[in-house]
Amino acid sequence: MTFSRRRFLQRSAIATTTLIAAPAVFRSGAFGAENPIVVGSLHDQSGPIAASGTPMVYALQLAVDEINAGGGLLGRPLKVIHYDTQSNIQMYSQFAQQLAVKDKVDVVHGGITSASREAVRPTFDRFKVLYFYNVLYEGGVCDRNTFCTGTTPAQTVEKLVPSAMKKAGKKAYIIAADYNYGQITAKWMTKYVKDNGGEVLATDFFPLDVTNFGTTISKIQAAKPDLILSALVGGNHTAFYRQWTSAGMKGKIPIASTTFGLVNEPTTLDAAESDSILGAYGYFEELTTPASKSFVEKIKKAHPDSPYVSELAACTYEGVMLWAAGVKKAASIDRMKVIAALEDGIAFDGPSGKVTLDKPTHHTTRNAFLAEVKDRKWSVLESYSDVKPADTASVCDLVKNPNDTKQYIINL
Amino acid sequence: MAIYLIVALDVLNGISSLFLLCLGLAIIFGMMKIINLAHGEFIMLGAYATVISANAGVNIWIAMLVVAPLFVGLVGLVIERCLIRFLYGRLVDSMLATWGLSLLIIGIVTTIYGNTQQGVPTPLGGFSIGSYQSSYYTLFLAGMAVVMMAVVYGVMSYTRFGLIARATMQNPAMAATLGVNPARVYMSTFAVGAAITGLAGGLLAPVSGITPGMGGAYVAKAFMTVVGGGAAILSGTMSAASLFGAVNQVGAFFTTPVYGEVLVFTAAIVLIRLLPQGISGRFFKGNL
Repeated sequence: MTFSRRRFLQRSAIATTTLIAAPAVFRSGAFGAENPIVVGSLHDQSGPIAASGTPMVYALQLAVDEINAGGGLLGRPLKVIHYDTQSNIQMYSQFAQQLAVKDKVDVVHGGITSASREAVRPTFDRFKVLYFYNVLYEGGVCDRNTFCTGTTPAQTVEKLVPSAMKKAGKKAYIIAADYNYGQITAKWMTKYVKDNGGEVLATDFFPLDVTNFGTTISKIQAAKPDLILSALVGGNHTAFYRQWTSAGMKGKIPIASTTFGLVNEPTTLDAAESDSILGAYGYFEELTTPASKSFVEKIKKAHPDSPYVSELAACTYEGVMLWAAGVKKAASIDRMKVIAALEDGIAFDGPSGKVTLDKPTHHTTRNAFLAEVKDRKWSVLESYSDVKPADTASVCDLVKNPNDTKQYIINL
Repeated sequence: MAIYLIVALDVLNGISSLFLLCLGLAIIFGMMKIINLAHGEFIMLGAYATVISANAGVNIWIAMLVVAPLFVGLVGLVIERCLIRFLYGRLVDSMLATWGLSLLIIGIVTTIYGNTQQGVPTPLGGFSIGSYQSSYYTLFLAGMAVVMMAVVYGVMSYTRFGLIARATMQNPAMAATLGVNPARVYMSTFAVGAAITGLAGGLLAPVSGITPGMGGAYVAKAFMTVVGGGAAILSGTMSAASLFGAVNQVGAFFTTPVYGEVLVFTAAIVLIRLLPQGISGRFFKGNL
């Protein structure tokens, strides 16, 4: 066979056309066959924040599996596209683009730190992808495209501070991590201490790589507070509780924390180091309600080595379920219709109890719990039902300003 | 009065932990000119060795003082044979290779033990000065720093191994013509440096949060101290550790922990500007 120039050109042209057309043909075929609703997931499964992200992924998967077992949504199955963001903000930006542009997902659940949320939120706004942030945080996000299902300071710190002050006394010393979460939480702590007739002796911030707390412990002793309020974050900061105990200070001044025990501190520290620390969250693994027990059981059954199932996991599960309820109510997957449905008093009875989406803030009205560490586990002392996101509500009204996309710094 | 004693103890604590953290690096970097960016991971391995053996029932003191340095020393030996020995005299390459190594070690530890690890409680307990409390462990760390300094000084000055090691670092070619095998000396020096780093990790395990990524918090400060100290591994490291440790603790006490950190870095910049050869380039010339 001779290989003429004309023939070469012909063949090349055919080959090129096939190549270019192939993805379109295959893709439409694939979508036509199954047509699932696609749920995007952005969670850290490696790096420093992995212990927080891992149970969230388990919870998301559990929710999706349960929905699929019940026949899916609108007669279509759900499909999860998950990316491990590796505790790296750059990965968040990159995968957020990918979810929006390439995977064309219908909703995204994810983001853990406030920094990661602020990295992806504008992307989802721009590409019009509905976004759920299922983590407790400092409050103030006001964005019609975003739903924040975790607790905010008005829901937890407001309960924690007065109970701790009642137990310990009026003079508090605040220690917090030196980034936006710690800074803002310290402000809330100060506010609630003052509201309850107390006094803040000092506030110290710590960069995340501080490991030596010797001078802080001396300073605390010099200031002689009745109570320590801690918003320390991360593995390096757990050293504080160790050094505190080793200096023999344990039990002399009580500690209440907004971050302790959210991940795994009670299990990584010795009982002597963590006993009687107070905490308040929207959920504890130790809650004994049937819904909570079965939730924890299901996660532990599927993943026996799962880290502590905290508010992060519970809110993720509830976040997916709330979204599903919205889709059912809207009878459509269209973003604006789903948002309108979600704003219309959607509620879900989850592991933490009844969770209701709040229309003006896109936050949740949910239960809060106060607990104390006993023998490396939380022992729940008190529960508060239907606590409103009053902090965000003071700055955000999406009914009046539906085009708002800001995170407000709440002035105290 | 008591408060000054307590602050003095804090300063002592800052200096001794910084010195312990840096000594192994001073040997590896100061003597061998290998930029070991996996230094923090050696510390982490020491801490893990301590915690895991202590939780498995080994006596805490044995876990800290024997298991941790032995284990990390062995790891150091393997790493030297497989990786570092090809990199002598290649400063930039050694940086890249050990950085990769640090990621690898973090990855391996995370895969085996996950992202979290139960720690060990601090032994010894606390004592009081006036109305203030401090920990015996602080004094123990200071004691260990002194012991390590004495041991390294003794070995380097009075033993045949120390003499050969110093000679090889100064002039490997000359040492080789006198019948020393430089490759062997490098190997054992690297392993000793790793073992000392492992010991530091073990000693800090009861007072730190233990995660696979914990090394990151130490590596920058360790390098700063070793570079600030200059060529003399003992007097240089000790003086730089004293300076930076004291600045950090006093700064943190009188201002805030944030400024404590800022002051250390400022001090380091000023120091390197004024004494580009480090403290020992000027004051302890020719010392060990």
